[in-house]
Amino acid sequence: MAASRSRKAPNDSAAPAEAVTHDELLGYYKEMLLIRRFEEKAGQLYGMGLIGGFCHLYIGQEAVVVGVQAALNPGDTVITSYRDHGHMLACGMDAKGVMAELTGRRGGYSKGKGGSMHMFSREKNFYGGHGIVGGQVPLGTGLAFGHKYLKDNGVCTCYLGDGAVNQGQVYESFNMAALWKLPVVYIIENNKYAMGTSQERASAGELHQRGAAYGIPGHQVNGMDVLDVKAAADEWVDWVRAGNGPVILEMKTYRYRGHSMSDPAKYRTKEEVEKMRTESDPIDRLKKILLERGVATEESLKDIDREVKAVVSESAEFAQQSPEPDPSELYTDVLIEG
Amino acid sequence: MPIEVLMPALSPTMTEGKLAKWVKKEGDSVKSGDVIAEIETDKATMEVEAVDEGRIGKILVAEGTENVAVNTPIAVLLEEGEDASAIAGGEKPKTAALPSVKGDEAPAASTLPATPASGPAAPPPSDEDKFFEKTVKRTVREALRDAMAEEMRRDEKVFVMGEEVAQYQGAYKVTQNLLQEFGPDRVIDTPITEYGFSGLAVGAGFKGLRPVVEFMTFNFAMQAIDHIINSAAKTLYMSGGQMGCPIVFRGPNGAAARVGAQHSQDYASWYAHCPGLKVVSPYSAADAKGLLKAAIRDPNPVVFLENEILYGQSFDVPESEDFIVPIGRAKIVRAGKDVTITAYSLMVGHALAAAEALAKEGIDAEVIDLRTIRPLDVHTIVESVKKTNRLVSVEEGWPVCGIGSEMAAIAMDHAFDYLDAPVVRVHGVDVPMPYAANLEKLALPQIEHIVAAAKKVLYRG
Repeated sequence: MAASRSRKAPNDSAAPAEAVTHDELLGYYKEMLLIRRFEEKAGQLYGMGLIGGFCHLYIGQEAVVVGVQAALNPGDTVITSYRDHGHMLACGMDAKGVMAELTGRRGGYSKGKGGSMHMFSREKNFYGGHGIVGGQVPLGTGLAFGHKYLKDNGVCTCYLGDGAVNQGQVYESFNMAALWKLPVVYIIENNKYAMGTSQERASAGELHQRGAAYGIPGHQVNGMDVLDVKAAADEWVDWVRAGNGPVILEMKTYRYRGHSMSDPAKYRTKEEVEKMRTESDPIDRLKKILLERGVATEESLKDIDREVKAVVSESAEFAQQSPEPDPSELYTDVLIEG
Repeated sequence: MPIEVLMPALSPTMTEGKLAKWVKKEGDSVKSGDVIAEIETDKATMEVEAVDEGRIGKILVAEGTENVAVNTPIAVLLEEGEDASAIAGGEKPKTAALPSVKGDEAPAASTLPATPASGPAAPPPSDEDKFFEKTVKRTVREALRDAMAEEMRRDEKVFVMGEEVAQYQGAYKVTQNLLQEFGPDRVIDTPITEYGFSGLAVGAGFKGLRPVVEFMTFNFAMQAIDHIINSAAKTLYMSGGQMGCPIVFRGPNGAAARVGAQHSQDYASWYAHCPGLKVVSPYSAADAKGLLKAAIRDPNPVVFLENEILYGQSFDVPESEDFIVPIGRAKIVRAGKDVTITAYSLMVGHALAAAEALAKEGIDAEVIDLRTIRPLDVHTIVESVKKTNRLVSVEEGWPVCGIGSEMAAIAMDHAFDYLDAPVVRVHGVDVPMPYAANLEKLALPQIEHIVAAAKKVLYRG
């Protein structure tokens, strides 16, 4: 039975790295770095008052979305919560359009009308960006229903946090997904804190076992290691695509920043954050592998760094120069006319 | 070139703060993510992290300084190879980001598009009348079923889901025989899980399918109202027009008979409140069929409020499958000149009965079946009031912020100078629905209430 398949030990990234090409390894590095630098820039623009409202940064969690996305096929769908900038970049959405949405400008993916939490791209199969904790779970299950109904062989990757796992609608979704064998991969991004409440204080039991009663296999994965994430995603996305029904992958990860920009994060120690940053950083980890295996040199990695910084700077510049939406936009897109 | 580090805003409401502490000093190297200072915001003490790499060239604001405005330069960062002379050299440091380039200035309220001076827009055109040359008798139940079956034959992306819709043939038999014709992939029994299956259906709608979601009654849709509003109604706007959701939420609404407070509620005004939704509530079988077909074809989310008591009532329904009733068009079901009575769903029958009673007393009432609650056919209502100069609104729901309140506002906005009497609202009593037969009757609008209201606006005893 699939649920009992053995998994690699969380820190053993040596084996999967060999199954991945050099170009792929460099691609993951570049993508994770892009998300990291993009989020840092977003934080800076927020500090300057150019981004308003809520802004939830993905810094620290980059390996999760980059590893999972690498296992998908064109046409597979992606949906997540409001900590969504990284997912959009990993789906191939343009950094300029994402940043311009953060600044509320007309060049943003939602023309400035959605904001940080609400961006979408039909072209890239990214279905949001949802602001109600857990709301994306039945929606993603519905995307999977759509894949099955249309027989398009697609899979939905539905991301949720460790906070969402206690919402009732998540279990309503698990039940229907298992009952109808829907092609959905539920990816729990367990960054240990639901806003200010730690997993221990909010959630009984193990999160990857939350589907057990429905017969949904669940696995824990080291979400700080992109290669481990990729290996798990490869295996289980295929399994789901083969018509076996849903799976739950719990990614053990960590966010370095507060829940949102205005969160001083007093619920955890500085030492805890520092330890994760220095010992478990997903970018540093991959960098070490790249250098050790001779895939890259310090110099070639600096080139990637410069390339990424240029993309991010360009996005920040665009996001400030793109005009605010025309006042007439206030009334458009409420309903599809005709 | 040196980079200025600016006083950051670290909460949505912060305009200034105290520079509590410098963690780095002049000469220290910093890289992205390093904490360089602590500031006190209006809410908490927060850490300021470096975004750029470099060396602290100069600290411009000493620690302990209060009321430092957001975006004030607080330090200068030197890039690799630069020294402090780069600051002294008078070269204007670049700020860490460009100043905001605003678009058009925010407009004065008066420049925003408003209702045209010519009055409310005319409703969408309709050719529905011509189809009544050839009709058959159908119950509302059969008409709804026929509408779904015809649309499912027409478009394979249409499917029906809900509790007991398939094998049981519908809790109220509205989906009778759909399973036999279309099979279990398109007629789907769900668990009792309204929140979940509504969200699932909305997701399927995003994917391009056309779900018809049956709620056993709209009372249970309260479990799902988050997805109806937050997911179905708002996503098109939040996505800048990319992500529409063609979906119908349908089922019986309002009081049935003796089922108590939790099963007897009219949700018309709840859903009508929300932009991004269309809300339909038909009375006759013909309208039920024509409007449900329109709702299924509509690219937007439609809340379709039926009535259990009407399910068994028969009406003439056009035979043609091309018969469609456009959403957003009211119908004058009885022409008259003395008073306008608006109603929807079951209350249309009450209003017509009241009009007959009024006729016996020489009062010629015009009855408008609203049919669509959002968008309301304001044009038809206003034109009628301009003719009769009096308006009575009838609804089963509660009075506060109800459909009748909206009718009164419409009359004020568009027909104030034509009114010869204040608008009178007939509505359910402002209490949870009681169970006792006598109390339930007292809680619901009756024909005599409508008659009395019409006489009141006519100043006839």
